[in-house]
Amino acid sequence: MTTALSIKNLQKTYGTGFEALKGIDLEVEQGDFFALLGPNGAGKSTTIGIICSLINKSEGSVEIFGKDIDDDFSKAKKDLGVVPQEFNFSMFEKVIDIVVTQAGFYGLPHKQALERSEHYLRKLGLWDKRDEKARFLSGGMKRRLMIARALVHEPRLLILDEPTAGVDIELRRSMWEFMQEINEAGTTIILTTHYLEEAENLCRNIAIINQGEIVKNTDMRSLLAEVSTETFILDIRGTINNLPVIDGYKLKLVDPTCIEVEVRMDQNLNPVFEQLSQKNIEIASMRNKVNRLEELFVSLVEENSNGNDAGVSE
Amino acid sequence: MSWREKWVAFVTILSREIRRYMRIWLQTLLPPAITTGLYFVIFGNLIGSRIGEMGGYDYMEFIVPGLIMMAVITNSYANVVASFYNTKFQRHIEEMLVSPVPNYIILTGYILGGASRGIIVGIIVTIMSLFFSDLSVENVWITVSVVLLTAILFSTFGFINAIFANSFDDISIVPTFILTPLTYLGGVFYSINLLPEFWRSVSMANPILYMVNTFRYGILGVSDIDVTWAFIAIAIFIVGFYTYALHLLNSGRGIRS
Repeated sequence: MTTALSIKNLQKTYGTGFEALKGIDLEVEQGDFFALLGPNGAGKSTTIGIICSLINKSEGSVEIFGKDIDDDFSKAKKDLGVVPQEFNFSMFEKVIDIVVTQAGFYGLPHKQALERSEHYLRKLGLWDKRDEKARFLSGGMKRRLMIARALVHEPRLLILDEPTAGVDIELRRSMWEFMQEINEAGTTIILTTHYLEEAENLCRNIAIINQGEIVKNTDMRSLLAEVSTETFILDIRGTINNLPVIDGYKLKLVDPTCIEVEVRMDQNLNPVFEQLSQKNIEIASMRNKVNRLEELFVSLVEENSNGNDAGVSE
Repeated sequence: MSWREKWVAFVTILSREIRRYMRIWLQTLLPPAITTGLYFVIFGNLIGSRIGEMGGYDYMEFIVPGLIMMAVITNSYANVVASFYNTKFQRHIEEMLVSPVPNYIILTGYILGGASRGIIVGIIVTIMSLFFSDLSVENVWITVSVVLLTAILFSTFGFINAIFANSFDDISIVPTFILTPLTYLGGVFYSINLLPEFWRSVSMANPILYMVNTFRYGILGVSDIDVTWAFIAIAIFIVGFYTYALHLLNSGRGIRS
């Protein structure tokens, strides 16, 4: 299997003395849909900035499909596409000009640049807006414009830095479908997001970064298997005032129409349903209290932060 | 990147620069034409007719080359400093930084983009000057080459200013406090032979004096200085500024954390 991205001992200390990356190692295989998660200020954007040459690294190496970003700069960059977190195009240029110009930076002849731009703008539903100035686009359209721009040179590795931030749910879902489509077509994708259900649904492998260190790097299935308990919300038909006691399960009455149940991974929900049914409590619907990945993410980050804080106090 | 791809990238940067100043021609091409037109009317026609001759020529004829050169210098500089600073400010410089385009292509694209505006404004001012004086060119090669080299030199200078600039104030400091005084004192409106010995020597340290006089030599055939030295000085400045600008770009000064 070819490695799409290989990061070794990557370190970054800013001029202020702040150590943003403390020597991270990371490998992403070709064809993967990889999640890079972490709280704000964890080092995600610094890592992406270094990969894209927007930030100078202090130590370490980065290879894209085996090509070092310093020694084989040109070839490494050709394989890389980036959708940044913030809008970074000229607001005064037309949509079509932004995409065609980007193709030109990769050396694509004008005719081919126009064809590719049309293809991706159509795919992302922006072709009708091609002659509009970028500043007149809605937030969702601007995000899609950045995706079209990142794809115009058809990179083998695409980095999406919070591509769905501030996007409504309908558009978010259509963007998920599009991301899956290009991933299935062979593009390796690295995704950073604060919507953890997005990462859980789309990504096969995951790394969690906190305080400049990788605290977890595994496949999504194994990570989710580490969830020790899951909390469900049961909406009941009618109302109850007294909460029934069910052996081995923690129940909490949220309000007279809603019960919260904590279930360990070695348990199942059947006894809960049976006993509630015996007490004539009818369950209308059920949902997870929080996303499973979110639960794990919070506990891993807290664990790591507490550990580091303890280290500092010593 | 192959040479063909680099050429495409260069043309892309250059054409984007040209598209930018053409799109806002009311801010970029029209004002210098109006300002220089006023110079022609006020200094050339109204005041100039009372001054008489300067350097053996009618005052209007004397100031035309200087005013053309002044327009070329200020517009070449202004284009690059504004455009590249805006690219940093709006962050679309990242479009180029993430791509494989080498830094020297980025630099050359911006410099020639700025130089092209300087030359277009120079042509506009030259056409306007035809309404006020009978302009004849003594030496076409010297005239054209000194305009091209000066436009390139001040575009490069503008690029360096844009790299160091952290705010919009920073891009107006050099034009206001350095470029404009040097241009006005660079023999645009007078011959330095009119100055006392001390101030004539001081004026010789002004690089713009050499450019204005070389251009005047190309048009009128007279100059206060030796044009060969002027060409050598301009070439040295271009090589020095270009090398420094490329070094700044490679180190990521002002554009990479």
